[in-house]
Amino acid sequence: MYLFKLRYALYIFILITIYFNPVYSAEKIELLKQNWSFKGITGKFDRASLQRGYQVYTEVCASCHSMRLLSYRNLGEKGGPEFSVDQVKAIAANFEVEDGPNDQGEMFIRPARPSDRFVSPYPNKQASIVANGGAYPPDMSVLVKARKGGADYIYSVLMGYEDPPSNMQLDDGVYYNKFMEGKKIKMSNPLSDGLVEYADGTSATQEQMAKDITTFLTWSAEPHLETRHKTGLRVIIFLIILSILVYFSMKRIWSRIDPEV
Amino acid sequence: MSEHTYTPSSKFGKWFNDRLPLLTLSDHLINYPTPKNLNYWWTFGGILTFCLVTQIVTGLVLAMHYVAHADLAFDSIEHIMRNVNYGWLIRYIHANGASMFFLAVYIHIFRSLFYGSYKSPREIIWILGMLIYILMMATAFMGYVLPWGQMSFWGATVITNLFSAIPLVGESIVTWLWGGYSVDNPTLTRFFSLHYLFPFIILGLVVLHIWALHVPGNNNPVGIDIKKPSKDTVPFHPYITIKDLFALLIFIIIFSGFIFFSPNILGHPDNYIPANPLVTPTHIVPEWYLLPFYAILRSVPDKLGGVVLLFASLLILLALPWLDSSKVRSAVFRPVYRIFFWVLMIDVFALGYVGAMPAEGLYLLIARVGTAYYFLHFLVVLPFLSRIEKTDPLPLSISEPVFTGMPKPELMRSDNRFK
Repeated sequence: MYLFKLRYALYIFILITIYFNPVYSAEKIELLKQNWSFKGITGKFDRASLQRGYQVYTEVCASCHSMRLLSYRNLGEKGGPEFSVDQVKAIAANFEVEDGPNDQGEMFIRPARPSDRFVSPYPNKQASIVANGGAYPPDMSVLVKARKGGADYIYSVLMGYEDPPSNMQLDDGVYYNKFMEGKKIKMSNPLSDGLVEYADGTSATQEQMAKDITTFLTWSAEPHLETRHKTGLRVIIFLIILSILVYFSMKRIWSRIDPEV
Repeated sequence: MSEHTYTPSSKFGKWFNDRLPLLTLSDHLINYPTPKNLNYWWTFGGILTFCLVTQIVTGLVLAMHYVAHADLAFDSIEHIMRNVNYGWLIRYIHANGASMFFLAVYIHIFRSLFYGSYKSPREIIWILGMLIYILMMATAFMGYVLPWGQMSFWGATVITNLFSAIPLVGESIVTWLWGGYSVDNPTLTRFFSLHYLFPFIILGLVVLHIWALHVPGNNNPVGIDIKKPSKDTVPFHPYITIKDLFALLIFIIIFSGFIFFSPNILGHPDNYIPANPLVTPTHIVPEWYLLPFYAILRSVPDKLGGVVLLFASLLILLALPWLDSSKVRSAVFRPVYRIFFWVLMIDVFALGYVGAMPAEGLYLLIARVGTAYYFLHFLVVLPFLSRIEKTDPLPLSISEPVFTGMPKPELMRSDNRFK
């Protein structure tokens, strides 16, 4: 009887796996898979990597890419880069935002505060398109979740710049990247060895920077990932224990009628 | 409602119950005689009730923070994910809850198909169930539009455009649905309004569904009529409640796996890109639970034809109790029907698979064959089969034949047939 049920369950399981696999994980080019610290059910962010990632963002990416959904205060929150309160204040103070109107009815410029959103490099989307030769540099707040392959994809694109094959003609401002759709990208290779000087002394290789910025972007897309993993583990352990208790209660109750449920 | 009269023990209880028989209702629900041989496929009714309540409760909280405006919707969702206390949890429950709801409803429907639960005297239960299912699809579709991501926008565009295929008035209907000349803010606000309303209509239908169920009582894996109450039945509480609870917990464990460890696997990455009317995604695909119907829609080169088939594929289900006139309910005793049941199941999975693929080449061929079989199954196979099929002998009751020595004692428990 149990065998029978298992067999049924197996059929369903096989059908479901066959069903979902090709639909959602069809990826023609094999991405560069990294052993991310935030993968898996107990995955956490590497704090130092997040802080370095922020440095890469602000020194490299931020000249074109906005992150309009984040606030400076997020940088100090638990589960994130966890900069100290003073560091966050200092970071925010580097930026200027327009505020107002003041009591004279005029807009004014003031240094940013931790409660302000990340200052965007361009006043609006159209301006960013014009400044980048017709290509829109996407907002990076949820970029990792907005791309198939997630963190691996972002990392792969950053590491995927190569010389184009000889039979391929590229227009001005278009670059070859083997992980992009159509193998073309309008962003030049943003990273190179030694481009930034890490505050913590880590050697800034291209690979290291790609890893750090990807970690940072994963956090920005999913700032509560650590809480989610921690809560999830507790919830599931609780549910398993409860299920076992309910199972034996059920056995006992049904034993009054029929030894087999 | 109850077969036996119930008198509350307290004086106040009696006074109250004479005026509003809530205690009689609760007594009925507690003692409701249920076949004792129900297997775990029967626990999905309770699971679905849980899903509906979960969606309503999480939806209420989300609606407190969500802003239904084309310029603000996407950001308000991100506000929920980032700033609202446990907003990420509530939203992931709601988003994955829709998928789990459909997973459960598909199991529930296929269980009904296998054991013939739609047959007399349970036709109304089946029809109510199908109406719930259709409303669920509408609700889920509109819910998917609310985050106002790329798939939201383009999904809404594709689906609402279907109505333009209607001759003469099609274009006007689409304009009316949109509240303008394209999918835009008015579309979003009305979808939000209806997305909020429909679950309560579903809730009402669920009450009727359960009410209609409690008139003839549950079908069972053997599919025969049983005396109620009798040796073949157990009171709903505690026997069925504890079993439903156990199954529900297993279901919630799987549900939690999605929520906490891969909350976005069932969604489309493009929906984290804000809606942009100027950029069309390469492949516009609906959520997985709508894919079989999407495949049927695209299998016809003619737009109107596709739309007609799409609606026909749903409406045909309402007529199922009359298309299949076999007196034997359970597929356990219908050796030929059983084969076609599995063929239909594979067919629906195949349709779902090609629904996610581009409509070209081999995929299109599979979609066409699959669509043809889908209609053939209901319109030709079932009516003929129910007339010519030689069914296996039925046991007299769930428990008795074991003692009186039926000619085919191995049929007593459905399970033995597959060992």
